[in-house]
Amino acid sequence: MNGVHDMGGLENLGSIAPEADEPVFHHAWEGRVHALSVASPTRRNIDEGRHQREKIPGPAYLAMSYYEKWFRGLSELLVAHGFITPAEMGSGRAAPDAPKATPALRADEVTDRFARKGSYGREAAAPAFAEGEAVLARNLNPHGHTRLPRYVRGRKGVIVARHGAHVFPDSHAHGQGEDPRPLYTVRFTARELWGEAANARDSVCLDLWEPYLERA
Amino acid sequence: MTHDHHDHNHDHGQEPPSDMALRVKALESLMVEKGLVDPAALDAIVDHFEHRVGPRNGARVVARAWTDPAFKARLMADATAAIAELGYSGGQGDHMVVVENTGAVHNLVVCTLCSCYPWPVLGLPPVWYKSAPYRSRAVIDPRGVIAEFGTALPEDIEVRVWDSTAEIRYLVLPERPAGTEALGEEDLAALVTRNGMIGTARL
Repeated sequence: MNGVHDMGGLENLGSIAPEADEPVFHHAWEGRVHALSVASPTRRNIDEGRHQREKIPGPAYLAMSYYEKWFRGLSELLVAHGFITPAEMGSGRAAPDAPKATPALRADEVTDRFARKGSYGREAAAPAFAEGEAVLARNLNPHGHTRLPRYVRGRKGVIVARHGAHVFPDSHAHGQGEDPRPLYTVRFTARELWGEAANARDSVCLDLWEPYLERA
Repeated sequence: MTHDHHDHNHDHGQEPPSDMALRVKALESLMVEKGLVDPAALDAIVDHFEHRVGPRNGARVVARAWTDPAFKARLMADATAAIAELGYSGGQGDHMVVVENTGAVHNLVVCTLCSCYPWPVLGLPPVWYKSAPYRSRAVIDPRGVIAEFGTALPEDIEVRVWDSTAEIRYLVLPERPAGTEALGEEDLAALVTRNGMIGTARL
């Protein structure tokens, strides 16, 4: 989806404004939104969560803070998956006959959960491209979730690393299974992306799945 | 406002609770009532991100790499495994890659599509890292962005930007500052900044 979240290469969106001695959370509610989001049964699909936030209409997306977006995405996913009904969301109370779930994460499991090693790597077909090979990022404009930013589409790069096969977000975000595909790190020169005025030494590397690429 | 991390919100005191504070509280109550989350687990998660993870973890990784060549070799070959040796692992750090700054190369990490960041070694990202100005400009004008953070990079240094578009998470290994030969690992770790490990600063 060509949304405003895909903002690489834009300018004039404001000053970066780093804050000295920044707290982890600026308001207590931000910490609660973060905790609710990672403890929620909807957290099982990280790609779907990202796509839910991307679907916030552009003007609102740009105006909202990070945790406001997380709150909205979480609320919408809870309803979309039937964990909470729209009526319950409106009243703030569980329906009298609603079954009570068992929380997926207990307090005594939190430390282990956050240290647990996971992996998005999966067994899949062998990669088609070799390290050092020139590739072209395809000009794809899907209406759903993708991790192929607009600023590299149609640009030529070189494979600099291969990572086996990883869960493919374009499928996974839409409930179409993990659909693992080979994942590569691809280097694009700054001049290929931004033209001759860019520094000839500079480059941008992205991690791109095989369906995003073709042989150059 | 207090600097106590348990109570650094802006919602207390004379101010009435904000609209967001009320809405989040309502959702939390509902999720607890429906058995979807355990309130004690939420407290533990907030505590984890406020106190157990943060850039001090990454600084220990960097200081170890500066002082232990065998560790550095393992770190560059398989960062996830080497970082786990120091006890840091888990979500948003499952596939770590370390990129090394040298006199000839400077690395900068961004996530243009959302705000991907290596939680186990750097904790949660600062607001500027998640902001539209940084996410948009880091790839097209990395030198300008780094200059805004106070470092003018020489023209002849190569700048490599890493856009975190998959589940690979990047950590910059800064150059060890000159004149630190006498320092031990702990003192070296104290020199390592979060921005140095994102690449918006050089140490």
